[in-house]
Amino acid sequence: MGQVTMAQALNTALRDSLRADPNVLVFGEDVGALGGVFRITEGLAAEFGEQRCFDSPLAEAGIVGTAVGMAMYGFRPVVEMQFDAFAYPAFEQITSHAAKLRNRTRGAVELPMVIRIPYGGGIGGVEHHSDSSEAYYTHTPGLTVVSPATPADAYSMLQEAITAADPVVFLEPKRRYWTKAEVELPAATEPMHRAVIRRAGTDVTLLAYGPMVATAMEAAEAARTEEGRDVEVVDLRSLSPLDEDTVCASVRKTGRAVIVHEAPVFGGYGAEVAATINRRCFHYLEAPVARVGGFDIPYPSPKLEEHHLPHTGRILDAIAELQWEEDR
Amino acid sequence: MAETATRSKPASGGAGKTRRNGTRSSGKRVQTGANNVFSGESPDTLRDYFRQMTLIRRFEERAAQGYTQAKIGGYCHLNLGEEATVVGLMSALRRSDYLFTNYREHGYALAKGIEPGRVMAELYGRTSGTSKGWGGSMHMFDVDSGLLGGYGIVGGQIPLATGAALAIDYRGGDQVVMCQLGDGTTNIGAFHESLNIAALWNLPVIFVVVNNQLGMGTTVEKSSAESELYKRAVAYRMHGERVDGNDVTAVNEAASRLVEHARATGEPALLETVSHRLKGHSVVDPSKYRSQESVDAARAADPVATFRARLIDSGVLDEDGAAEIERQAQADADAAVAFADDSPHPDVSTLFDYTYATPVANDSRRLPADPVF
Ligand SMILES: Cc1ncc(C[n+]2csc(CCOP(=O)(O)OP(=O)(O)O)c2C)c(N)n1
Ligand SMILES: [Mg+2]
Repeated sequence: MGQVTMAQALNTALRDSLRADPNVLVFGEDVGALGGVFRITEGLAAEFGEQRCFDSPLAEAGIVGTAVGMAMYGFRPVVEMQFDAFAYPAFEQITSHAAKLRNRTRGAVELPMVIRIPYGGGIGGVEHHSDSSEAYYTHTPGLTVVSPATPADAYSMLQEAITAADPVVFLEPKRRYWTKAEVELPAATEPMHRAVIRRAGTDVTLLAYGPMVATAMEAAEAARTEEGRDVEVVDLRSLSPLDEDTVCASVRKTGRAVIVHEAPVFGGYGAEVAATINRRCFHYLEAPVARVGGFDIPYPSPKLEEHHLPHTGRILDAIAELQWEEDR
Repeated sequence: MAETATRSKPASGGAGKTRRNGTRSSGKRVQTGANNVFSGESPDTLRDYFRQMTLIRRFEERAAQGYTQAKIGGYCHLNLGEEATVVGLMSALRRSDYLFTNYREHGYALAKGIEPGRVMAELYGRTSGTSKGWGGSMHMFDVDSGLLGGYGIVGGQIPLATGAALAIDYRGGDQVVMCQLGDGTTNIGAFHESLNIAALWNLPVIFVVVNNQLGMGTTVEKSSAESELYKRAVAYRMHGERVDGNDVTAVNEAASRLVEHARATGEPALLETVSHRLKGHSVVDPSKYRSQESVDAARAADPVATFRARLIDSGVLDEDGAAEIERQAQADADAAVAFADDSPHPDVSTLFDYTYATPVANDSRRLPADPVF
């Protein structure tokens, strides 16, 4: 297939899933003729017909809630929220119903559904269009929360999410939609709940997911060329559940860890990762676990976005503070 | 807020519910179609409508240009094709009345009386804008002119507007709230919750559904089980009516009547204006989903061109007069752009301002080099 964007990979995953299983349905606002605001569902209505890929009214609670009802009856709905903050009207359906029905019915109900949410900033969007909302979902037991960082993972993880038995909040890093990579589709990468080492290193572990994996890779390269540090980059991929073993194996090896995410640091997902590392790797740590994230402010205007979002400079600053021998 | 603890009327429905005015319309009144005879507006008023509509047209054209030149960030939704609706509605309000809108609000901001320069500066994200450059295209805000916000979340403004009407009800003022929303937005829960509350508690708010026949790429017929949207008021025993949104005088007549009724009685109402979206949903939308028929219908109904022709036909304006208004509108729009372009961007030091009334001393609430206070 050659060069594939993440958007194309997601589109292909949806197409292949619709082909593979007649119970798969795609719906949401403008996913039909328009192909979705980011064109992830482009061509699906034409190919599979309006029964399989259709527009819904502007009603997020209705969209997610009807998907829950469909899933209870054995369908595998894949619904699209147009942007991160537009999913909040559906929050009740996601957290009170999708997340809880299996448990509440003591397993009588299976809920195989996927809620696709383009999230994060970096595209000069504004408030409501740039939120990193992962912690709202990871804080809800019963939800599976994943976020791919590469086109191959986007394909493989979305397919796996659609076949999963539990509801999956599938967070798509919108700023990476147009990132290309050499991929043969169909691609089968590591299982969805496994974290992977994107770059091996010995000095410090950078932990990232979704949009920040590419940023962490850039920072790792800069740390090598500018400061001679050998940085390992772990792509978490699955936020809930968290692949603790892969994370801890890396941190035990390097002795230092920096978590990078776009979301505000206070109460952010990084706190969970830091707590896990403290619990399981305490005796291996050379320095406190550091976090680099967005500031604790509502998402700022486009001109200030570059300051708010983690970038190489801020990651290098965080690495520099990790109590290196030469500084002692 | 704290100084008034009593409400001017009971909050509950049923027996305790009082109405300042016992009459209630049936929800069946419909008005459509342009009437070519002006009914009572003075020539000055008509010319002023044309002036405002033309300003909005020129302003939006410059906004589209600014967006394409990457001077404007975020998303940018224009009122092109809705000029008659905007001016007709805003001319029905006093400056002291409150207005809540969706994100397609540049024209409303202008017609509510905010200087074009401040509106454009907000689009440009500059400190001289209505929200100091932080709101952008979708989030204008100006207390002085009563614009209590454009809102980017579909339906987000509707409960807020209802709350403002409740506040007026407590305070006993004679202001009225107007809450603008789109056709697609009548399908979100917040709309229905708000209409019920407004009718139940008898609040002075006019919900205006600007039906441009599309919610992004979805037609009204494809999204609304009751596609005659004004009828949605019936479910809440609220008066609803429909008016031709391409006809500024018809919009103004209906809006003025409902606003003044709300002012006198505190009763809410729903007004549906029907017009077209001349361009894409936002500046970046090529609207490929749209039929040629729909595009042609929109062009043929262009409210600015048709109103201009009506004014000339009826002798209210001659060609030179119209051209002079157009020249001035272009100059005003150009001046707004120049003002915006010359204004400063917000400084990075303001990143942490205004999130809380009192600064909060957490590590991630400061720039990396700054001390934790
Ligand atoms: C809760 C929510 N869902 C989706 C969106 C994305 N969105 C913005 S405008 C829009 C269409 C709204 O259509 P309509 O109400 O007819 O207003 P119009 O844009 O035509 O003025 C959509 C789906 C949003 N802003 N908020
Ligand atoms: Mg509309």
